[in-house]
Order: sequence, then C-alpha cells, then structure tokens
Amino acid sequence: MFGGWLQRKGPGPAAYALLLLLSRAGHAAWAAPTDNIVYQTPNTFDPHSGPALLIHHLSLFVIEITGAIFIVVASLWVYVVTRFRQRDTSDDSEPPQVYGSTQIELAWTVVPIMIVVVLFLTTARILFAIQDQKMPPTAIQADVVGHQFWWEFRYPTYGFTTAGELHVPVSTERVPMTTSLRLLSADVDHSFWVPALFGKIDSIPNRVNSMWFTPDKAGMFVGQCAQFCGVEHAKMLLRVYVQTPEDFAAWVKNQQQPAVQDPAVAEGRQMFESQACISCHAVRGTSAQGRFGPDLTHLMSRDTIASGAAANTAASLKLWIKDPDYVKPGSLMPAMQLSEAQIDQIVAYLTTLK
Amino acid sequence: MADSTLPIGGAIDLTPPGEVYGTWLEQVHEWVVTVDHKKIGLMYIAYALIFLLVGGVEAILLRIQLAVPHNNFLSPEVFNRIFTMHGTTMVFLMGMPLIIGFGNYLVPLMIGARDMAFPRLNAFSFWMTSLGGLFLYYSFIGGVGLQGAGSAPDVTWWAYAPLTERAFSRGHSTDYWALALIVSGFGTIGAAVNIIATTLCMRCKGMTLFRMPLLVWLNLVVAGMILVTISPLTAAQIMLVIDRYLGGHFFDSQAGGSPVVWNHFFWIFGHPEVYVLVLPAFAIANEIIPVFSRKAIFGYPAMVAASAGIGIISLSVWAHHMFTVGMNSASNAFFVLSTGLVGVPTGIKIFNWLATMWGGKIRFATPMLFCNAFLIQFLFAGLTGIMLSVAPWNWQLHNSYFVVAHFHYVLVGAIVFCFLGGFYYWYPKMTGRMLDERLGKWHFWLFVLGFHMTFDFMHIPGLLGMPRSIYTYEPGRGWDGWNMIVSIGGFVQAVATLIFVYNLVYSYFKGPEAGPDPWDAWTLEWATASPPPDYNFASEPVVSSRRPLWDLKHPEDPDSRYE
Amino acid sequence: MSASTIPLAHGSANDGWMPYKGTVGMLSLIVAETAIFGIFVVAYVYYIGKSISGPLPRQVLDVPIFNTVCLLSSSLTIWMSERMLKKGAMGAFSLWWALTVVLGAIFLAGTALEWKKLIYKDGLTISTNLFGTTFYSLVGLHASHVIIGLTMLSIVLIFALTGKLKSEHSHQVEVLSLYWHFVDAVWVVVFTVVYIIGR
Repeated sequence: MFGGWLQRKGPGPAAYALLLLLSRAGHAAWAAPTDNIVYQTPNTFDPHSGPALLIHHLSLFVIEITGAIFIVVASLWVYVVTRFRQRDTSDDSEPPQVYGSTQIELAWTVVPIMIVVVLFLTTARILFAIQDQKMPPTAIQADVVGHQFWWEFRYPTYGFTTAGELHVPVSTERVPMTTSLRLLSADVDHSFWVPALFGKIDSIPNRVNSMWFTPDKAGMFVGQCAQFCGVEHAKMLLRVYVQTPEDFAAWVKNQQQPAVQDPAVAEGRQMFESQACISCHAVRGTSAQGRFGPDLTHLMSRDTIASGAAANTAASLKLWIKDPDYVKPGSLMPAMQLSEAQIDQIVAYLTTLK
Repeated sequence: MADSTLPIGGAIDLTPPGEVYGTWLEQVHEWVVTVDHKKIGLMYIAYALIFLLVGGVEAILLRIQLAVPHNNFLSPEVFNRIFTMHGTTMVFLMGMPLIIGFGNYLVPLMIGARDMAFPRLNAFSFWMTSLGGLFLYYSFIGGVGLQGAGSAPDVTWWAYAPLTERAFSRGHSTDYWALALIVSGFGTIGAAVNIIATTLCMRCKGMTLFRMPLLVWLNLVVAGMILVTISPLTAAQIMLVIDRYLGGHFFDSQAGGSPVVWNHFFWIFGHPEVYVLVLPAFAIANEIIPVFSRKAIFGYPAMVAASAGIGIISLSVWAHHMFTVGMNSASNAFFVLSTGLVGVPTGIKIFNWLATMWGGKIRFATPMLFCNAFLIQFLFAGLTGIMLSVAPWNWQLHNSYFVVAHFHYVLVGAIVFCFLGGFYYWYPKMTGRMLDERLGKWHFWLFVLGFHMTFDFMHIPGLLGMPRSIYTYEPGRGWDGWNMIVSIGGFVQAVATLIFVYNLVYSYFKGPEAGPDPWDAWTLEWATASPPPDYNFASEPVVSSRRPLWDLKHPEDPDSRYE
Repeated sequence: MSASTIPLAHGSANDGWMPYKGTVGMLSLIVAETAIFGIFVVAYVYYIGKSISGPLPRQVLDVPIFNTVCLLSSSLTIWMSERMLKKGAMGAFSLWWALTVVLGAIFLAGTALEWKKLIYKDGLTISTNLFGTTFYSLVGLHASHVIIGLTMLSIVLIFALTGKLKSEHSHQVEVLSLYWHFVDAVWVVVFTVVYIIGR
C-alpha cells in the first residue's frame, strides 16, 4: 500500500534483499521483544506503524551508505597515519612536495555529489509518501491539543474529549485502519513523539499540523513531548493504546457516556462542584465545564494522571490535589488548600468516574 | 629594490631584553586601553577560556542530574536555567570569542601587517562582546521580576516563541538573554568588519589573495558570513524585545503573528553560525597538518573554493532544524538537498587533508595529535549530520539526544579539538615558551577517552527515544545505563581540561624557551620573535609564494617556482 | 640561519593596488545592515494582510511623496558636495553638505508628523495590531539610521565650517556618504514595500 518506494529505480532486487536482511539483523540487534504488550522502550528501531516502518527502512539505507563512507575514509586515515609516520627522528630531509592533482580532486568531488543525489532521491520518495498521503474515508480522526504540560485528545466524530492517553484501533492486513491526527496547541510549541509509531510533529499555536499512522500491533506505546515547552516539559508524557477493533469500540462507547452519577459520593461531587475545580475541569453531564485543565469525565479509565507523571490511584490522586508541586513541580495545577476531609471526599468522588 | 629581506631569527629583534614593566596598576591599565591586535586577541582567548570553564561546570551539573532517572540533584527550574546558560555560554561567550581571538592575533601576523585595519574598533568590539557576556550572567541576580519569577534565562539557547513572550516567560530572564546577545552581537560584527578590511587592504607586498595562508582565507569567509548571520539574530531579538516591552505582535499567535517566524529567523542565524564556529577550526587544521606532515597543503585552490562554497551553501540550509514544524513536502525536500550539498565541499576538505598527509613525514607532536583526532571525529560528525538531513528520519531524531550527540561531536570533537591543537601550536608564539609535551599528551589521551565515553554513547538514548531539554527521565525506557556512562565521561573530560589549564599556567613560567620558529613552519608569523614585538615586523615583509619561509629555507626548491 | 635575501624579479610580486580600508569597512557594515533590514522587510511582507483587527494600511497611510523626494535628492546633494571637496571648493562643499543635512532633517520631520497623525488621529500604535508592529519597527529602524546619519553629517559640517576639513579628507567623507546613500537606498525598498505593495 505504501510501498511505492520499493519499486524505485536504482539498486535492483538483490540490493533490496540485502536491505531486508540487514533490516532483520537490525531488528534483532535493537528491538525490544515483540511479544510484550507494553512497548516500554520507545525504540526508533522497533517500528510498529506505516510511517515508522518507512522511516526505519530509509534509516537503514542511510546507515549503509554512511557506514561505507566511514569505513573507507577511516581506513585510509589509519593507513596514512601508520605508513607515513616519521620513524627516524634524526632525518631532517623534507618529503617530495605535492601541491595537488586535478584528476584526483575532480574524482572526489563528483563521487560525493552522486552520493548526495542518490540519498536525496531516496529521501524525497519517502518524504512525499508520508507527508502527502491521502487519508482514506474510514480514517479515525483525533485532534491533539498540546497544553503546558499535558495532552488533550478530542474525538470530534465521536463527540468526547479525554487527556493523557490516546486510544486508537490496530491496523491489520485484513482490516486496515488509519488514524489521522490534527495537532494544535493551546499555548506554546510542543511536539508529539511516540517513536514506535511515527516521527514527531510539532504542535504550534495558531497552526494546524497533521500526521497519520497505522499501528500494526495491539499494545501500549510510550512517548513524550519533544519540544521544550517550559518547566515541566520533561514530564509531559504520552501513552498510545492500540486496541483491537472490539476493544476500541467498547472504549469509545464508554467515553461517549456522560459521567457516572453514583449517589454514594454525592457529598464529594458537591464538594468538587463548589470548589474552584470546575473553573478548569470538565465532567460531562454535570455543571463542571472548565476547559483549561484535562477533562475528567472518565478519569478512572486512564492508567496515569498528570500526563503520565503519576499512576492513577486514589493515593496519588490525593497527593496530586494536595500538593501538585510534589508530583510535578511547576505544573499549572494550583495547590487547592483544601482540608484532608475535603480532599478525601473529592477523591472518593473522582474514583467513581469510570 | 630588487631584493627582499625577510627577518629571520633574532637578527632584527629591536626590543631590548629585560623590558621594564610598570606597577601592577600600570600593567592593568595598559591592557584595558590597548588597541594592539595581539593583546586584544589574548584577551578574547582568555575570556573564552574562562567561559569554557564556566560552561563546563554547567555541563557537569547537568550530567550529575541526568546520570540516574528521577534524580533530585537539580530542580526543574534550575536545570532549565543551567542548560540554557550552558548552550548560550558555549556558543556566544566561548566559541565566538575564541575564533575572533585567534583571528585577531594571527591574521595581521600572517599577512605581514602591523595591526588590524581599525585598532580602536578592535578594542571596542572586544569590550562590547565581553560586556554582553557579563550582562548575561548578571541575569542570575538581576533577572528577578514580579513575585520572584525569573533568574537566568531558562528558555533553551534557541528560545522559541511564544515561550519567550511575556505571558509565558515572566520576570526578566528572557530580556537578559536577548539584550546580552544584541550587545555582544555588535562587538562580533565590528570584529568581522575589521577582519575583512584588514585582509583586503593590508597585505604585505607580494601577497596576492591566492598567496594568503588558508587560515586567513577562512577567517575572511567567516567574517563575511558573520555579517549576514549575526544580523538576523539581532533583528529577531529586537523583535522579541518589541513584543515583550512595547506590546508588539511579531510572534503573538493571538494577534495573527506566527511563532514559526521566530524559528525561521533564529535558524537563518543559527545554522550559518555553526559554520562560523567550525570554519576557523578548519583554518587551524589547514596550518597544522601541513607543517607536521612536512608537506604543502594538497589542493590549495580547491580548499579556497571549498571554504567559500561552504560559506555560501550554508546560508541555504537553515530549515533542516525545522523539519518537524509542518512545512510542506516540497520545502522539506529542498532543505534535504541543500543540506546534503553542503556536505560535499566539507568532504573535499577531509580528502585534501588526508592527501596532504599522504607521502609525508608525520610528526605526532601534541598539535598534530589533536588535529588527527579532529579529522576522524569530524568525519563521523559529518556523517551523523547526513543522517539528520534525511527529513523523514529527522522526524525521529529531531530534538532527541542523537542531535545533542551530533552537535557536540562537531563542537567538541571538531572545534574544541582543533583549537586545542591551535593552543599547543601557537602558545610558543604568543608567550615565547613551549607547552609541556608530556602534560600535552596526558591531556590529549584523557580528553579523547572522556569525549568518546560521553558523546559516542550519547547517540544511543537518542535512537531509543530520549528527547533533549528534559531535567529527568522515566526509568525502564532503556536509557538508564547509557546516561550513566555519558556522565562519567564528562568527569574524565573535566580532569583532562584541568591538566590543560595547569599546563597553560605552569609553562608560562617554567616552559622551555621557544624561539621564533620552534615547529620549523612556513608562514610569516614564525618570521618574527616569540612573542612578537608590538610592531610585529621590523620592516614590511615581501613574499613571492604561499610559504615564504619555505622559500627562504629551501632556496634550491622554492614554492615560487611552482605557483 | 643568518638573515638571507631572495632576489625578487620585478613584476612577479603583485605591487597590488589594494582598496581603501575605510571604504571596505563601510561596505562590510552596509552588508550587515542590509541583512538586518532584510529580516524586518521579510517580516513586514509576510505579515501583510494578516492583522486580525485594527486600521488597515490603505485606511491610514498617505504616500509620503514629498518626504521621499527630499531624502532621495539628498543623495544628489551629497554627491555634489563630494565633487566640490575633491576640487577643494570648501565653500561650495559646505553649502551642498548643509543642504543634504536640511533635506534629511525635513524627511525626519515629515516622518514625525506622519507618526503623530497615525497615533493620535488614527489610533495606530506599535501594539495595535500586526500592521502597527511591523510598520513602526521597519520605518522606525530606518528613521533611527537617518538620525545616526544626520548626526555624523552634522559633525562633518561643523568641521567644515570651522575650517578643519580639507580636500585630502575626501576619502573619509566618501565613506560617510556611502552610508548616506545606503540609507537612501533602504528607503526606496521600505517605501515600495510599505506604501506601494502593502497598501
């Protein structure tokens, strides 16, 4: 499907076979075990999506060329420094002076230019293949909004917003599923980078960037913001959950529901709505409509809070509300100055938002 | 007159021995008011050395914090300030003064002139540059704005908008960053004007442009580049100050402005800037490699053309720092091509150096050791640069530790190594004493070890997805061990640098006397005393080839017969 | 090795004419200044039509024909005064030079009046919108260079009037007039971009 580059003119099938062989060797040497579900190492040499695979193959080709250049020139250098070293220190005579040679200099000008041209043509093919790819009508559409220091994910066709963890369906040979992302920013420059899935793309205020990907294995892939965006740039983490179509549909269905209304935590809900929480946070189906912070409608469907900075447990929720600076110093969540009892009630409420 | 006379040896040194020095105050005064290019050059170099140490301490602090995941050695605020200051210091307060200092010292000597074209402008430029640096460091104290926000700049050395706008960068940190660099930029442009005027207007008799040493050529190209490189940065920083203080909207996305405009303007400065830094390193290699191979440089005209070519092409590659910003595919493709092309003249230079050494009689004194390490390291750095120029792969590598490894490979592995070679080579000329060879070799090997420990292994976390500019990182992502090795290498480099500093000081007092020409070299600076008298040459030299001293030493086989 | 000599054949050495260092220095400075102005011009052109509020150029900008004529004529007058200086006609030199200063001052005064109108009548300041930001920055950068130029020109005028300036200083004066021609050339570009293309 995206294999146009495979039919390029140039090195023939034999070279392609060599490329594939080296690619396998590269995979074996670099890749995390592929039977794990959690892809904890964001390894650029372990691609799991269309664009990442294209980039990976291109990178191997480039490594082969640059590696060959390095070996040739470095060997020459080793030869020169060993062979022409002055052995007899009492010898004062000067060697024959050679000022240049037009033929040699021409040769080592023309050959590098040819190498550059080959590299450029190969690169341009992959570049256009990724950047100018047309989206199929069945593509899943998600908007990614970068904030200081968390990621917001909106699913306009499904009608809900979530944060921190992006869910997408897996793309198989039988049922190909493309996910198309639009990237925006609410404040400063950010960059969305999940190495196993695609090369990073910046999210810049007043600009819409786009990227697509086709993840080929179910699992959880990690990444993080890759453009310095302020104090807590380091903890603006990312998780992409690639799910089977059934799991994805179930997740979407759950997210589309308004928030769970558990009467047992009515007090906590009241506390939440009367404190300043709702000026930043939204919980669909209640009076909380704040847009500055993450949407909490289905908070407990996530594994982490604070954009990956802490696990999503009652204990860390409590710590987060009490003292955000302890978890993520400099984050824009203010310490709410609530009493222990108030916090407990709120946490009890939040933990019902499944 | 049909004859020319070149002063050789101590034959015409008119400076009486045992010069009487004034009081301590008088000596300081002499340095403060001097317009002598040699003294100014030495001040630039001393300034650069001080900030090399300061920037190095900052680097060590960063590496301690990053040695293990979730470390608590530096808070995020402090870390962000230190890595911003590390980058800004090393580029503007170490790199630029170092290249301008060496250029200032050597260019008039190498072209047989008495001083630079504009000596007072020279002094003015030095003081502006140094003032800018002090201004930058004052930010630690003065950057505090309302509510205690602000200290040293903490927005990275490339300071992308809109992070630098008032709304996101409170206090005065960013203002110090912008204003300090604007001030120091004026000094840099002054120095560039001076080098161009000196080179074009003050060469001695017989020195046509194509008989100038390659160091002079490269400084000329660099000076020309500085004129069109620093100015965009100054312009962009003025725009930033207008945004921050006069309510301007240059980078204000809420008013229709575009943050990407800052990216373009900054990198239109930023990319040629790194060539401004590296070309003088090539200049040093161009002088050292021939002398220690005992052969003329191979392909002088091609080297000149390659230098000019690098200078010009490098002005067209800037957006390879912006492949992830979302430019259209045609624009991205253009910058892939231009970046690849700038590698061609650079590669040619490497081949020319190898060809110079080929068939020679190579002596591995310390300067030559550093220049050879430079050769192989620069080759590697150039190749990782080619990898980064491949835009789709760049989408993975950009802003990762792979990039940090690449540019440190160039900045330290190529530039610092060459300048260290230059120190060992010209220290005898500047001070009259040789640097200790044994300490030099210890310095070299330790520095090579530390350099490779740090920067070879730094590529790996980058390939494993570790971004840059982060004060800590998650454990279990495969980055932990590599970061520890990288940090240890930093300490090894620090030890090596301390040995170097000790050598500089010790040899000044106890080093063996150098004489005018300790290396048996061929360019004009070796035709006068060490250190040169104030007036450089007793009478204006007259040359008839590229290697005037070779002609004098080998009258049976002068270069002038072949050029 | 004793001080030895090499016999030089005449003509093998380039007795080389080399340019006057002042001219080279000023030309280098002009290259740098061109780069700075270039960036501001690029910003201006890129942001044409992108303001999301506030007065538009065609609503508030009057084409400053008179000002431009004055400034461009001052290039002519400065050229005339240089010719006078070379001939040693100090009186004529001072006259033409003073005329240059006056024309430059008229240009500055005209700019000031224009800005007064824009600020107080049209409500356009540097912070009003993108047009205001880019307009005042670009035109202001040029005006600041005019001020510097006028200051230098006035100093030379004082030297001329007090009899200190001589015909042999024509090299240095030529360097200064190069700067002034540059300022005029920049105005041609700024004028075209701001008042013709951008309006």
